[in-house]
Amino acid sequence: MSDFILKVNGARLHVSAPAEKSLLFVLRDRLNLTGTKYGCGEGQCAACTVLLDGKPARSCLTPVSAAAKANITTIEGLEQNGHLSPVQQAFLDEGAFQCGYCTSGMVLCATALLRATSHPTEDQIVTYMDGNICRCGTYPRIVAAVQRASQSPQKAGGQ
Amino acid sequence: MTRHDALTDELAQHTIDDKPHWFRLDRRDFLKFFGGGLLVCLADLPAWAQESGRNFGGHELPKDIAAWLSIAADGRVTVFTGKVEVGQNIRTSLAQSVAEELRVPFDTITMLMGDTDLTPWDMGTFGSRTTPTMGPQLRTMAAAARQMLVEMAATRWNADPATLTAADAEVTDTHQGQSLTYGELTRGEKLMKTVSTNVALTPASAWKIAGTAIPKVNGRDFVTGKHKYPSDIVRPGMMFGKVLRPDGFNATLVSLDTGEADKIPGASVVHDGNFIAVAAADLSTAERALSALHATWNVPPQPSNQDLFVSFKQTSKTQQEGDGPEHVSGSVPQAMASAAIKLHRQYTVQYIAHAPLEPRAAVAEWVNGKLTVWTGTQRPFGVRDELMAAFHLPAEQVRVIQPDMGSGYGGKHTGDAAIEAARLAKATGKPVKIVWTREEEFTWAYFRPAGLIEIGSGANRDGTLVAWEHYNYNSGPAAIATPYNVANQLSQFHPASSPLRQGSYRALAATANNFARESHMDEMAHAVKMDPMEFRMKNLTDPRLRAVLQAAAEKFNWGQAKPTPQRGFGIAGGADKGGYVATCVEVEINPTDKKIGIRRVVQAWESGAIVNPDGLRNQVAGALVQGIGGAMFESIQFANGRILNPHFAQYRVPRFSDTPRIEIVLIDRKDLPSAGAGESGIIGLAPAVGNAIFAATGVRLRNLPMTPASGASGETASVFHA
Repeated sequence: MSDFILKVNGARLHVSAPAEKSLLFVLRDRLNLTGTKYGCGEGQCAACTVLLDGKPARSCLTPVSAAAKANITTIEGLEQNGHLSPVQQAFLDEGAFQCGYCTSGMVLCATALLRATSHPTEDQIVTYMDGNICRCGTYPRIVAAVQRASQSPQKAGGQ
Repeated sequence: MTRHDALTDELAQHTIDDKPHWFRLDRRDFLKFFGGGLLVCLADLPAWAQESGRNFGGHELPKDIAAWLSIAADGRVTVFTGKVEVGQNIRTSLAQSVAEELRVPFDTITMLMGDTDLTPWDMGTFGSRTTPTMGPQLRTMAAAARQMLVEMAATRWNADPATLTAADAEVTDTHQGQSLTYGELTRGEKLMKTVSTNVALTPASAWKIAGTAIPKVNGRDFVTGKHKYPSDIVRPGMMFGKVLRPDGFNATLVSLDTGEADKIPGASVVHDGNFIAVAAADLSTAERALSALHATWNVPPQPSNQDLFVSFKQTSKTQQEGDGPEHVSGSVPQAMASAAIKLHRQYTVQYIAHAPLEPRAAVAEWVNGKLTVWTGTQRPFGVRDELMAAFHLPAEQVRVIQPDMGSGYGGKHTGDAAIEAARLAKATGKPVKIVWTREEEFTWAYFRPAGLIEIGSGANRDGTLVAWEHYNYNSGPAAIATPYNVANQLSQFHPASSPLRQGSYRALAATANNFARESHMDEMAHAVKMDPMEFRMKNLTDPRLRAVLQAAAEKFNWGQAKPTPQRGFGIAGGADKGGYVATCVEVEINPTDKKIGIRRVVQAWESGAIVNPDGLRNQVAGALVQGIGGAMFESIQFANGRILNPHFAQYRVPRFSDTPRIEIVLIDRKDLPSAGAGESGIIGLAPAVGNAIFAATGVRLRNLPMTPASGASGETASVFHA
């Protein structure tokens, strides 16, 4: 066991975990931040996506030791003072989910995309998000939600 | 297909007795409990008995309003149903139906779903039955409750109930200018009234809440990560479990050395029959203990993909007891003999995996001898039965709770993870969580059956079909009967021996049977030199299927563009479980590598009166996208009892870049009862794609997925390898 101070959604949190354990494990089982999902544990589905210093990362493949210096954003950290982020609001407005299990990862990937490219083309969205699986097949609505968020007067990438 | 057939087909595909493991001491009792098959006792009873609320499988559906809904003093309405939300949006659509009949604002309704202690017994959420059966059930109860509230107000006011109106959660006497809210009327007391089934329901043409595009009721919880899925449940003092899986299917344990695992502090090893598992307070400790277990297994030689279709035919029970339903009319041999044009073709589909993004998960807890399990399942009451049998418990000692889950697509009928967690919780005396890994989900769940389909057909030179025979080996009888008019026809399902554990999957075998039939219709259209759409319409009178074909063709501009070697157009239609679908597809073939891309899909859909057009559109488009996988690249590869591609890196599922431009055309038939819509939207895509490929290239692909001849899963189809 090693001790870490993690900066999660703006808070400094102390955790004790084996250094090689995944950030996903620590978020879910140590910090009870269950909005981050296990889908495959192999970096193939992106359900576990979080942002490390604003960049998307597969938390299932990220050792907690490697995340200790970064600002970690999980799905729980996007809402500010009861206001959804533009991407969250756009997913809601487009009904861009069915079972919703992929939604956390989708929202965070889209947030990172819009931070890097404020008005992405459809091709750019598809390329950027192609690692994210929605087994319910809601892809066209998710693309529409990202486009809607990119039109938001509020800066969609946040911060 | 009758309702009875649809439900029994579904149940007959649950290989519940092929569970991965048994508790040694419990196996005999389990078999005794189910009498050699839960399926038999359910299948022997007509499905309408359950649907009309009469006794079904020993379960009496309650007839009193209080069992289905309650109205608190503050006016909040709680609705109780054993159906479960898995992404198909019934938490919203059922609430709309209740709000409509009860005459209350939509947001006063809370749906309490899939909790075996709190909701009436339910067979399960499958077979597209929620909308056509649970919808009317809850509407009936809500309409009866509304009448009861009017009568309660009439009694209070000493008024004639016929002069009172119920609207917006109030009963009003317009003449006297007085009103009472529902909450003031019930004061939170139970609505004790027995309801007959012939309560008048509001016709769809008069709907104000049902029929509208109300957004997903708890959508905000999904975009904020607040929603707790089964795998997110945490209980005080909870431990984490891992199960040691055998080296292959049908393996027997040769030796087990637990010495190293036993030495790991905090880890508990449980060995019961062929169930070997560990539990620890921490997932990483449980994983360490699991890898410290040393077992050797004897895995018997077993078939592989290569032997599959030959073995289906050899093991099928042709002309013996066990054959599936037969649809027969006229004489196929006579009509074939005299037909001017004849075709005989074989089609195949591979085993595919549901691969729900949330794998099977359960948290089990024993308190004073009562077992409670939170788990992801489409059949909470079925899982309760499994737990009762496994642990020798009466129904009142087992509670199964199903939090809205990370979907199932027919893949979560059984209670494997629930039983595993409960066994470990019993051994450790603590709540235990089990979440299957992706590899476990790909290996130890069950699969959409593979199948071999043979179709023979005969037509006159003018394009009139005169003979049709359709035989399905192993994959199932759903939608096996042709919707086209053929005087002489025979369709039959032949069960066969399956090397893999198989079970339900979205639309069951309708996907396979419709692929074969609609591909064959296309082949015959070309054989008689007719446009595929024109050929279909010539042989079809079913007005609902005609309507969706026409709607899709019109939106697609069918027949306007000519195919080229690089671009083809295909059409297919089909109907199952009250849903009518027609799909038009445009494919593009890369001139260099001949890789196939689906560029555009128009899908028309009709399933009676639409309850929620937004949810319906989402389901129909989602089914279509899921269908791309089975059509183009999904295939479970196996050999000698082992799955060879149990990872997303090897088993390709549809992604953003595989998704074409999709246009959905909904036909709202307010004059027809609402049917379920979660399944049949998947059945049109594959044949339409195959037909489009043929139109462009002249190459007919008769095997799903339409991959290169090597059969390698995950490669994009290429017509070079047909």
